[in-house]
Amino acid sequence: MPRNSPPSLSSSIVASGTLNSHVVWGAERNATWEDLAAGNIFNYKAGEFRGRSVVLAAIDPFAAIAAMIQLDSIAARIVLCPPDLLFEHIAFVAEAAAADLIVTDQPVPEPVRSRIECIVPCALRTEDVLSDAQRRASEYETEWVLLTSGTTGLPKLTVHTLASLAGAIERKTSASPSIVWSTFYDIRRFGGLQIFLRAALTGTSLVIKGAGESAADFLLRAGAQGVTHISGTPSHWRGALMSDSAHRIAPQYVRLSGEIADQAILNHLRLQYPQAKLAHAFASTEAGLAFEVNDGLMGFPADVLTQNPSVEMKVEGGTLRVRSDRTADRYLGSESQPLKDGEGYVDTGDLLELRAGRYYFIGREDGTINVGGLKVHPEEVEAVLNRHPQVSMSLVRMKKSPITGAIVIADVVLKTPQSVPDRAAAMQSNIMQFCRGELALHKVPATINFVPALAVAETGKLIRRHA
Amino acid sequence: MNVRSEVIAQFTQVAREQNKSLAPLSDDLALLHSGLDSLCFAIIVVRLEAALGVDPFNTDEEVRFPVTLGDFIGFYENAAK
Repeated sequence: MPRNSPPSLSSSIVASGTLNSHVVWGAERNATWEDLAAGNIFNYKAGEFRGRSVVLAAIDPFAAIAAMIQLDSIAARIVLCPPDLLFEHIAFVAEAAAADLIVTDQPVPEPVRSRIECIVPCALRTEDVLSDAQRRASEYETEWVLLTSGTTGLPKLTVHTLASLAGAIERKTSASPSIVWSTFYDIRRFGGLQIFLRAALTGTSLVIKGAGESAADFLLRAGAQGVTHISGTPSHWRGALMSDSAHRIAPQYVRLSGEIADQAILNHLRLQYPQAKLAHAFASTEAGLAFEVNDGLMGFPADVLTQNPSVEMKVEGGTLRVRSDRTADRYLGSESQPLKDGEGYVDTGDLLELRAGRYYFIGREDGTINVGGLKVHPEEVEAVLNRHPQVSMSLVRMKKSPITGAIVIADVVLKTPQSVPDRAAAMQSNIMQFCRGELALHKVPATINFVPALAVAETGKLIRRHA
Repeated sequence: MNVRSEVIAQFTQVAREQNKSLAPLSDDLALLHSGLDSLCFAIIVVRLEAALGVDPFNTDEEVRFPVTLGDFIGFYENAAK
């Protein structure tokens, strides 16, 4: 959408000031915001990207940051692919996003290569670059597309703008120079993108986790850079607390989002970081950042729903609905569902229960299982299980996990019941092996129980007990 | 059921399933350096609950998370008592 667009990301970074003293620390390299905004890191002719739809599928998050800063306001659309996106889904993503270009550091499958142009990111210094960030403010209001998991196993493409993504970020002119942000999230996911933009737009340093970097190495590096503010999912934090490196950081602010924060993880973090302000936020790719809770208790006070005039919230049909200028605009793709209802509310699908003036999250309306921040749709896993030659039918369920919040388990009816224990065990591993060949690892059932039958409702559908 | 051998068996099994290269197991091995990721631990905890009938993580008490393999085994031995 040309013209009348808000300032570009690079010009906003320039406007946040103190550029050369604030640094983005990656696992393998670092750069100042000044160099990133000037295009000294990701350095291509703006003309190649002008008005194009670009799939950004670099494994290296540092490369992705450099490219995002340069592409905003030049490209019509940037599609952010997290590093664990199954590469066979690239063709689908490119198609749904009507992509012209792919920026990637991986080999691109032939069907994709034959229809769109490929560019390898992070070349240093090509000639004739448009390096003046100010000069290309406001060419396009770029669509920022984030991928989330869909019921069929193919990703859903969710459209934001820089304005909706950054809606919750206060751009203080007196930015505290001592703040150093960091996040366990990949910066291509909503939670990580929030932190990247927060640091970029408030002019603070940022430590990002490398694509294959272990939590221990990351914490060591974050500690060495003096991280003061850090975010992650409850699962990220459980992993950090199980490491011998949790004490390497001494944050002033610890933030949780992306999954239900239970009281145990909040207590653990309070114990580990007594000096830190502890906040858990409710945000989703579709609904944007809705609110945060600072009292150290799970759930949230009922009046949170009405506190913020810029984020309207209500509970309807048991689930939380959000309307604000921070929500995504729509889904991309020919078969996509509407993202908002007729009144502009996004149904988060998160079930709430009111007890004594406080709301508690009790699960997902559609039965989606959240494994360490990654969504799993039971139907997708059941479809794979049911393809196994020995499986008659299956029911995939959530089991609470102290490590990843939830984990996937399955009840399976075999075509020929196995009564010999050893054979049953062998059949379990055979079915799991089959699933590992077909599904991302977090979707593979951790245990399989053989059952004689599954309950089926009058509708002919499996009876699920959600939440 | 011997808690220690069951824990070791699950570590080995899950590492194999998830294609992780498992560090040599000793009591002072830090869990984070074992080669297993959080998904692996989540699977191990579910399977140990099935095998041993206990989930020591699932408690309201203030407990420190285990850091080494020795802590982890002790965690389950205490719970299984």
